Amino acid sequence: MAAPASLPASGPAWPMGYLATFGPRADPATALTWGLMDISIAVVVIVTVLVVAGALLRRVSARGPMPAASPGGKGGLAWIAIGCALTTATLLISLVWTVQVLARIDSPATKPGLTIEITGHQWWWEARYQPDQPGGAFTTANELHIPTGQPVRLKVTSADVIHSFWVPALTGKTDTIPGRVNLGWMQADRAGVYRGQCTEYCGEEHAKMALYVVAEPPARFDAWRQAELAPAAATALPGQTIFEARCGACHSVRGTSAGGVVGPDLTHLMSRRTIASGILPNDVASLSGWIANPQALKPGAAMPATNLNGAELTQVVAYLETLK
Amino acid sequence: MTAPSTSPDDFRHPTTVRVTARFPGPRLLRIWETEPGLKGWFSSVDHKEIGLRYIVTAFAFLLLGGVEALVMRLQLTRPGEHLLTPEQYDQLFTMHGVSMIFLYASPILSGFSNYLWPLLLGARDMAFPRLNAFSYWVYVAAGLFMYAGFVVGQGPNAGWFNYVPYAAKPFNPGVNIDVFALGLILLGISTTVGAANFVVTFLRLRAPGMSINRVPILIWGTLTASVANLLAVPAVSLACFLLWMDRQWGTHFFDAGQGQPLLWQHLFWMFGHPWVYAIVLPAMGMVSDGLPTFCRRPLVGYTPVALATVGTMALGFGVWVHHMFATGLPSLALGFFSGASIIITLPSAVAVFAWTATIWTGRPVFTTAFLFFASMIVLFVIGGVSGFMTGSVPVDWQLTDTYFVVAHLHYVLIGINVFPIAGAIYYWFPKFTGRRLSERLGVWNFWTMFVGFNLGFFPMHLLGLMGMPRRIYTYAPDMGWDLPNLIVSIGSFLFALGILLLLINVVVSLKRGRPAGPNPWGAPTLEWAVPSPPPPYNFAVIPQIESRHPLWEAELGESPRRSSIEEGLLLDVGRETIGTSPLDGRPTLILQMPEDTLAPFVLTLGIAAVFVGLLLHVWWLVGAGVAVIAAALMAWFWPRRRQITPEGVEPADE
Repeated sequence: MAAPASLPASGPAWPMGYLATFGPRADPATALTWGLMDISIAVVVIVTVLVVAGALLRRVSARGPMPAASPGGKGGLAWIAIGCALTTATLLISLVWTVQVLARIDSPATKPGLTIEITGHQWWWEARYQPDQPGGAFTTANELHIPTGQPVRLKVTSADVIHSFWVPALTGKTDTIPGRVNLGWMQADRAGVYRGQCTEYCGEEHAKMALYVVAEPPARFDAWRQAELAPAAATALPGQTIFEARCGACHSVRGTSAGGVVGPDLTHLMSRRTIASGILPNDVASLSGWIANPQALKPGAAMPATNLNGAELTQVVAYLETLK
Repeated sequence: MTAPSTSPDDFRHPTTVRVTARFPGPRLLRIWETEPGLKGWFSSVDHKEIGLRYIVTAFAFLLLGGVEALVMRLQLTRPGEHLLTPEQYDQLFTMHGVSMIFLYASPILSGFSNYLWPLLLGARDMAFPRLNAFSYWVYVAAGLFMYAGFVVGQGPNAGWFNYVPYAAKPFNPGVNIDVFALGLILLGISTTVGAANFVVTFLRLRAPGMSINRVPILIWGTLTASVANLLAVPAVSLACFLLWMDRQWGTHFFDAGQGQPLLWQHLFWMFGHPWVYAIVLPAMGMVSDGLPTFCRRPLVGYTPVALATVGTMALGFGVWVHHMFATGLPSLALGFFSGASIIITLPSAVAVFAWTATIWTGRPVFTTAFLFFASMIVLFVIGGVSGFMTGSVPVDWQLTDTYFVVAHLHYVLIGINVFPIAGAIYYWFPKFTGRRLSERLGVWNFWTMFVGFNLGFFPMHLLGLMGMPRRIYTYAPDMGWDLPNLIVSIGSFLFALGILLLLINVVVSLKRGRPAGPNPWGAPTLEWAVPSPPPPYNFAVIPQIESRHPLWEAELGESPRRSSIEEGLLLDVGRETIGTSPLDGRPTLILQMPEDTLAPFVLTLGIAAVFVGLLLHVWWLVGAGVAVIAAALMAWFWPRRRQITPEGVEPADE
């Protein structure tokens, strides 16, 4: 599959907004959010008007000594009774609606055909696609592809500390907790690129732990999956030798001797839109800058400065560019 | 309070006398006055002195936490800012939360309650004055302990709820988290003894005739919060101790391999959520008592509001899981906690409608305090409905850990704590100092804070809906978050200016404020029956109470008999106050109150030494601390020999 070099030029105004959602896991919750928000706004407006109007209408001058106290007007308890009756009714309706939505989005209507194991790392996302045929598993990072119109099972966990997996347009949050596998699911009814981000504070670069979900028609998804399954194309580039020697302890490129599991699998790096979990577009300039000094862009990240000289850096980037 | 002694003194029947200018005031002053000088300052057990110290110290932590917030807002004003490193930002937001939630919000309420409780109840001090002083000193020690880490760049950095395993040794090897864990255990000692003191004071130190349906709502608020603290604080102290064990001695309570990271979250929020109510219920009590004064009528629905206060707390123990909706717990369980989290809105609604009805059926006078109290109703509702939204599980899966929650918790904590506290300062400052705050500056103060607060925090709701996660030190420019963040930063500085105006008003009015007299607001409760500031012994004679509004009896005609404040039981044989029965306030015994003593301060020094030693693994310091603790406790509990003479009870060795 041809690799888009950068992010779509015109994305949504709020890539992380969730008042507009695009799948059956998120949509009922969005409707509920709007509903509860409307109730909330109405309550705030009513109480504000009551307080301001009451204060202004009943006001007496603050000049001079305080006026004498009095037992006050009657009917005060009726306010509490009526107010609480209305509140109780509203709360019960909201609660029933909540439980209904919870039941609807708890699990998908049909059994998901695709399962993705997602592992949070400080500070990137590992995604392992589970096989539905022998030899069908592969690992990628920071960019998930899913077929449109089908539920996808998510099994989320963590390799280190607690993170939270969140793609607002498709699904609410599921915490990734080490030692535990949490189940979730999502479905995109519309093709598109959806942004996600870690939402549980997980250390220094919690702010720079994004991911993208690319939803595409099933045929295109299958093509992508086949491409991902294949090992990297063999090259005779000097950059490959340098990569295997200097980067292979942490990164894997299937089909080469680079088999590290500390950092993201880079077998098809160039098929991804971004690098460093969503903080940079995937182009030559960013790759070079990132490899030369990751700590300048993402202080605290596990990847150290590589100390490659200029020529080596160019060769490594040239090699990476072959990893379509 | 010492245990009921068996001295013949117990069987004395105090006479009823009428107060004159010369009797018994001067004699009581001699008995109750704290000696001047440094030693007196460190040994005072006067609840008013301790209360004011609490207020000033807590306010200092508010200012520190506020400055931390402003620095963070500078970092977030625009995308990709480089003012702070990620580590600096992380320590700042952690210390901001620790300062505001642990070192400001609860202690400031303890301060007001310490000062006001005995005055509201017609007592001469809290039940355990020395424990009260101890509670304050330990609080100061805990604050300094946590800030010491921050100042040397090793402050807590895992957020105020400090989730493991990020807070575990492998991911956080410095002393940062040990500072947090030991600091919170230390603070827990202070909170616990303070809470016990409030509970016993409520049960035994109310004036004769003050049955429990006659106490102000502030008393209910602080009482409820105190009972909650007694039940909730052990959870977090235990969690912190287990974490410290994990970190220092290799136990496995919380690690992912042999332990359970979620255990921390349960233990923390079993404490954390009740705590949230503990830091708003007393402030709601202030509004329930203050607002009616300025509406010139009693609170509408005293009984429902008092019951709602207790009810909120009871439900508040059953909602902690709503902080954990996204942790993968079973949906059925989430449904129950979601239900509890939504229904807990109801007791809050009782208070809101009671306050609104009080305004509508009263004659509001627009003082600064009234503005703060009345505006609190609106801010409370905004914070309440956003809490109602996050109580709904499917909605919370989207809202949680975004700026929507940041908006929510600030509307709750600033709206229901800082605004009532500002109102309380305007309301009770005359009682504390004998002078009023400037009302002209006060109006400016209020509007700056109100506009700044809403400008600073309302857009955070929108940022949340636009998907901005909390606790991120920076963001990319193409997220659509730039403009709201700029507005938030501007608003936060305006809000800070409002706080500054409050400080200026306090400083100026201390010297130049208009003299207040005992009851400048024509208020109904007992604290306004004594001079401003009150004498060290509070009440010259023990008042006899006949209604809920002792100073409004002529206007309201609530009770057939009138409360008696100028005439009452004479207790002038050493430091004494009256002990009454728990429910209906019948006098049952004379309580001998302790003299000033250095023991609480010295005890705190010993405990602080132990904690510093544990933190830095300096074992001789731990040993020295234990020795100091033992010495201080011996001094504390050493039996006092008293000599009973016709003149009264005097220490035998003088």
